[in-house]
Amino acid sequence: MSVDIESRNVWKAYQLDDGKTLSVLEDFNLSVAQHELVALVGPSGCGKSTLLDLFVGFQRPDRGSITFAGQPVVRPSSKGILITQKGSVFPWYTAWHNLTLVLNGMSRQEATERARHYLELVGLHEFADVFPHQLSGGMLQRLELARALVVKPEVLYMDEPFGSLDALTRLRMRQELQRIRREEPQTTVLVTHDVEEAIALADRVVVLSERPMRITRIVDIHIEHPRSMADARAVALKDSILRDLGAIGD
Amino acid sequence: MSGTRIFPGPWDVVLGTFALAKGGVLLHHVAASLMRVAVGYLGAVALAIPLGVAMGWYRPIHRALNPMIQMLRPISPIAWIPLAILWFGVGNASPIFLIFLSSFFPLVVGTIAGVHSVERQYIRAGENFGITGLKLLRHVVVPAAMAQIVTGMRIGLGVAWVVVVAAEMVAINSGLGYLIIDSRNAGNRYDLVVAAMVIIGVIGFGLDVLMRRMERVDSVRWRYVR
Repeated sequence: MSVDIESRNVWKAYQLDDGKTLSVLEDFNLSVAQHELVALVGPSGCGKSTLLDLFVGFQRPDRGSITFAGQPVVRPSSKGILITQKGSVFPWYTAWHNLTLVLNGMSRQEATERARHYLELVGLHEFADVFPHQLSGGMLQRLELARALVVKPEVLYMDEPFGSLDALTRLRMRQELQRIRREEPQTTVLVTHDVEEAIALADRVVVLSERPMRITRIVDIHIEHPRSMADARAVALKDSILRDLGAIGD
Repeated sequence: MSGTRIFPGPWDVVLGTFALAKGGVLLHHVAASLMRVAVGYLGAVALAIPLGVAMGWYRPIHRALNPMIQMLRPISPIAWIPLAILWFGVGNASPIFLIFLSSFFPLVVGTIAGVHSVERQYIRAGENFGITGLKLLRHVVVPAAMAQIVTGMRIGLGVAWVVVVAAEMVAINSGLGYLIIDSRNAGNRYDLVVAAMVIIGVIGFGLDVLMRRMERVDSVRWRYVR
């Protein structure tokens, strides 16, 4: 398996207003293989979002290196697209326009085909002319996903992508993501609070500590898809990860 | 006191309105005022929105120009009348200049505020997809700020309509402002004065209704839903 993204000896700290320093990452190492889905779980505020910002290129590490396919990441680009809970689909454009806008320097015909393909992949082909505010929460996240995939990124970064959805829609989005991955595998880094979501989707779950963020444990998940959370192995995994996170006592 | 020369009654005003409407006098004055507002206001829109976007987006431009804008803004356009006449004479150019001034500042300030309030996630998304420079302004920053720009346009047009009447009271012989002054000067026709005031109110209301329609355009409305 070839390594796609790598964080090597990365340090990152913030200068606070009161003059103190907030150390988020100290000598952090993680690599993600091509087409792998790695889920990051950890206490809130531990630095997961900072790590994603570094991976995407919104921020630069103080020390160490972030590389993508061996090349250092210096600025955001469509090679690695970030999806967040807040959502960033442009509400002033239709679903269709959101997709075609991000297809820079592509022939019209090619762009049209691409946009059509990805709207169909996420099941929104009938909503091409609809404005985002007319879509439901789940559809909005699917549009978000379609817009990310339409540029064929090498890596997809998802920061609590389904965090603002209701429990039922969340479950459905989980299955949707799994189905899309089966059709078009995609290197993915998924940050989530939801241990079940991590187990349901990930090839590896990285359990993280409080700030400064360290890897407590990496759990390989070998359960075949589609995964049931009632599966004894899943239950045991969930239990042990929650124990790592201190959410349940010994 | 109603019905006397100082307090014309409603019926006097209605009759006055008909008297004005007859023979196209009223239409002539309304058209003159609307034309001045259209030219001055559209000129302000054309200049203030790009300037506001530039000031809102580029910090150095904001730092350089904002103090001047904030100092000029509280000066009533009426205070400019002597200078306007000195510079532009007694034709149409003076009131147009005053209207331009009056709507320019609300437009600039509204646009700057709009650009400053653009949510970070949209700008980050733009950068993430490699949308930069003018394309980012055109497809992300300006549309995201559009709701506030439209609010600035509404306020600007309202002020312009207020100012046109004042501007036409000096050194000009057409328009609703002139009609008011002329009605008084030519025989203290206060019924016509009030009739003109009512018409000013009605047209102002109509202009605002038109502007509010812009808020219902799909690419603007998202700000008001949810």
